[in-house]
Amino acid sequence: MKAAPFEYFVADSIDEVTTGLADSGEEATIIAGGQTLVPLMAMRLARPALLIDVNGIGDLQGIDLLAGGVRIKACTRQSDALKSTIIGERLPLLAKALPYVGHAQTRNRGTVGGSIALGDPAAEIPLVATALDARITLVKKGNSRELSIHGFYQGPMMTSREPDECITEILFPQWQGEGRRGTGFQEVSLRHGDFAIVAAAAQISVGEDGVCARASVALGGVSGTPFRISAAEDALRGTMIDDPALRAVANAVDQAVDPQSDLHASASYRRRVAKVLVERVIREAAREAANHAAGDAP
Amino acid sequence: MKPRKITLEVNGRVRSATAEPRLTLLDFLRYALNLTGTHMGCEHGVCGACTVMFDGLAVRSCLIYAVQADGHDVTTVEGLCNGDGTPGPIQEAFQDAHGLQCGYCTPGMLISAQALLQSTPDPSDDEIREALGGNLCRCTGYAQIIDAVRLAAVSFQGAGG
Ligand code: FES
Ligand code: FES
Repeated sequence: MKAAPFEYFVADSIDEVTTGLADSGEEATIIAGGQTLVPLMAMRLARPALLIDVNGIGDLQGIDLLAGGVRIKACTRQSDALKSTIIGERLPLLAKALPYVGHAQTRNRGTVGGSIALGDPAAEIPLVATALDARITLVKKGNSRELSIHGFYQGPMMTSREPDECITEILFPQWQGEGRRGTGFQEVSLRHGDFAIVAAAAQISVGEDGVCARASVALGGVSGTPFRISAAEDALRGTMIDDPALRAVANAVDQAVDPQSDLHASASYRRRVAKVLVERVIREAAREAANHAAGDAP
Repeated sequence: MKPRKITLEVNGRVRSATAEPRLTLLDFLRYALNLTGTHMGCEHGVCGACTVMFDGLAVRSCLIYAVQADGHDVTTVEGLCNGDGTPGPIQEAFQDAHGLQCGYCTPGMLISAQALLQSTPDPSDDEIREALGGNLCRCTGYAQIIDAVRLAAVSFQGAGG
């Protein structure tokens, strides 16, 4: 399986990328890590006429701690994100999810922005971005805009990015205020490194009295896009995250998911796994919060 | 679509050849440079048989186009041999621990193992499993491959890294 012929252009700056996209429109595709795009091209599910290579653009790489959160430039390698102490300390949920993203050999090449841009419904990085209310910066010639991750995904591998836009960075906002924080991430897949059949992510904050002040719960793999389960979050807030609260969460998950059957798992299996994983990630987050000093990152 | 000239360093030697953009680094190594040690399994990023080191990091060579390797540094399984062409330490370890049967996956396994030992000279079994998790083997059942990497780690350390 060989890719169809294409033209290849190495961009040296974001300007060159947006100019290239503006000039060639839908014929052009950005190649970052290529860990998803190259297989799609080999199977001829993608046939771009022009590949714009962004791997050499320094402005698209790096992880920075800003006042509002952690900014990850789009072409940052997943393996660099996994090694980053900023992410380890400030975005523990992402740090927990990254080891599940493919294998070491693909993380050495694959990028954070590439995973966000493709929007595979079972991918871990879009799931964490959804759980943490990430903001995505898109740049096109003479213009740029920032979008919330909520609404960015319109369906499996479909986003609201325009064909002439390039994702330049993703901001993961930090939760402000006091409270003890905890995170949980779990997934079920056929083999480690495969896409998740179901993946769950949670981040919570509890007060000194042990009452849950804030909760974010998200699922991947059970629908066309990763999504938040706001009813589960409501069911946690104001509780001690005890068994009755977790039963309410399980009900909320049951109501919220509408999984499909496919080759890898039936709808009913996915539904059951979703409930179990959500409970596990919340318990994991609560345990962690209980052990955390108040005001600790994240 | 016009072929381009690509110059890169492979196993410590500067090599040059032309390739059209759609040629993968894997095909470039095998057909343009005649380095057939790197194997092609699935050609879409699943099996790991094509693993090479790219600027010192293990990657799948079927998921990089040769044009993207221009100016970079690549190590293939041929680069793991001793200077006289005899098996290098990691290859010896695979032989001694019987870490292969048909050998199809072996070049990828060797490179993944080498990359692991360069960054983690004394890996735990879990770290070995994690590092080789992206390499499929249809023959061995993996146990002896893990033994081989453990053995290689010992011999690397004996040799002072
Ligand atoms: S041939 Fe590259 S991963 Fe299978
Ligand atoms: S030895 Fe045959 S595939 Fe691994």
